[in-house]
Amino acid sequence: MTPTLTRAKSRSAASHQSPRMARWRGPLVAWAFLAPALVLFLYFKFIPMITGLVMSFQEIRYIDTTWVGFDNYAAILSDDAFLTAIWHSAVLAIGTTVGSLLLGFCFALLIEGPAKYLWFIRTAAFLPVVTTMAAVAEVWRIMYYPGDTGLLNTILGWVALGPQPFLASEDTSLLSIMGMSIWRGTPYDMMVFLAGLVGIDRTLYEASAVDGASVWRRLRHITLPALRPVFWILFTLAAIRGLRVFVEVYVLTNGGPNGSSEVLMTLIYKLGFQSGELGIASAGGIVLFAATLVLTVGVQLMRRRQAA
Amino acid sequence: MKFDSALGLEMRRGPLAVLFKIVIYAGMVLIFAGPLFGLLVSAFNKTLDPTSFSFWPDEFTLDNFVQAGNRNVYLYLFNSFVVVGFGLLLQVLVSVFAAYSLARKKFKGMSLVMLIMLATMMLPEEIIAIPLSLVLADMPLLNVNLIGTYAGMILPVGAWGFSILVMTEFMKEVPVELEESARLDGAGELRTFFTIILPLCRPALGVIGVFGFTMIWDQYLLPLIVAPESDMWTLPIALRSLRGDEEVGLGVLLAATLLALLPSIIAFLAFQKQFMRGLTSGAVKG
Repeated sequence: MTPTLTRAKSRSAASHQSPRMARWRGPLVAWAFLAPALVLFLYFKFIPMITGLVMSFQEIRYIDTTWVGFDNYAAILSDDAFLTAIWHSAVLAIGTTVGSLLLGFCFALLIEGPAKYLWFIRTAAFLPVVTTMAAVAEVWRIMYYPGDTGLLNTILGWVALGPQPFLASEDTSLLSIMGMSIWRGTPYDMMVFLAGLVGIDRTLYEASAVDGASVWRRLRHITLPALRPVFWILFTLAAIRGLRVFVEVYVLTNGGPNGSSEVLMTLIYKLGFQSGELGIASAGGIVLFAATLVLTVGVQLMRRRQAA
Repeated sequence: MKFDSALGLEMRRGPLAVLFKIVIYAGMVLIFAGPLFGLLVSAFNKTLDPTSFSFWPDEFTLDNFVQAGNRNVYLYLFNSFVVVGFGLLLQVLVSVFAAYSLARKKFKGMSLVMLIMLATMMLPEEIIAIPLSLVLADMPLLNVNLIGTYAGMILPVGAWGFSILVMTEFMKEVPVELEESARLDGAGELRTFFTIILPLCRPALGVIGVFGFTMIWDQYLLPLIVAPESDMWTLPIALRSLRGDEEVGLGVLLAATLLALLPSIIAFLAFQKQFMRGLTSGAVKG
């Protein structure tokens, strides 16, 4: 409270306003500066969120709206297409998260160090993160060309593996999307791990080397514990990103072939914008929201219990 | 022993270790930058292979980019730049204003506002896509339809929790004395803000600027629901229809894809230091 009071005093001394005015001025100015952000959030985050929640309990036919309670949710949870899409979303989220974390951690260890040329490698390796998803997906679609002349199939040919159908087959479409997502997620995790690695006390490494500890033990007992908070943050971020995945799937396969890569968001998009099933699509959105919420809170609780 | 990294790779200088490092580093550059390099070369190449990229140009040509003009690619690019230009301007202004309030003022309800900011960051925009399209078609109280307008693509990205929080953290570091002395000289709120606070925040402006640019440039679902007609398309959402068009051919798609990728890559290379700083602060804040 003290800074506000002194500020209000100096203010009124300068401009000879009544103390009453001065008392209201501070908060008023504060809210005025916040107003643009709050209005935009209200219109484009909170009103849509509440509208979505309300719509999830309604059946909407053009202008005809009826309240149906939990029917939409019941329809989702008994619909095979939805359950499959939820399963695909979960597989994609877990695969992408774990793949990016593991690879990101390994790469971070390999390119840690002060050498100048490492800076160049980091910059080159980071490029996937800043690229536009829709454009990158076009690049990967060409690389995933299913014939044996395709780029990735040519490379597979060098190591004596037969051509893969990639996006064209029901068995490999989801895995192929995962591959691209890992490619794009790994450098991000790598850079955040690198920032964490820099913060580790060097004398600990030196002491363990003097004691004759192996590289593996050094990693397990010094590096990994120090990186634990970073690990959990990256895990939560990546898992949420994985659950809500849309553009990757929409551009690469649009859920095909034959629904084998349909995820929750592409299904919601189709239901909402193409079939006009606004109520069910909204309920799907709320389910996805609940899943991300449970995930975030769950991770937080786990971390707290570990710390205690 | 002197350690500069966890593995201590920098201490190994034998021929085998050097070979190992070369293979690893070359492999990383190839895997992560290779596809983008392949696109760059192929977009300027005369002979195109729809199944693969060329990594070495056979014959240089600008033909793909000329053809792209006939397919409205430059209109889509223009739309993208309009959205990112005005969107970023709005986003940065909104962020510095809100951050000024959160970092420098004390008022009732501040912790609630902070909670709101964090909540918006936890709320994935994909989830609200369908209700958002209804809100945009008929803005509550205002009764305006933003579907098919630039405003419909610009206003929703105007407030971004990440950039407000990064800016708030930075503004907390600006010394209070400067502000107090300006106030004693009789400078008003806006003048203090623009002449004292904002110039001191220039490094943070770089951070939120480059992050905002890549965030807005990467928008996909929002233009998809706002722009049903092709004359309002942004470049990222136009790519999909360029591919589906049989007459267009691969060259135009490659040129358009390259044009969609380059701006954010250039922004990243130009503001690399700021980008890395925002990355670590953003990840720590969650």
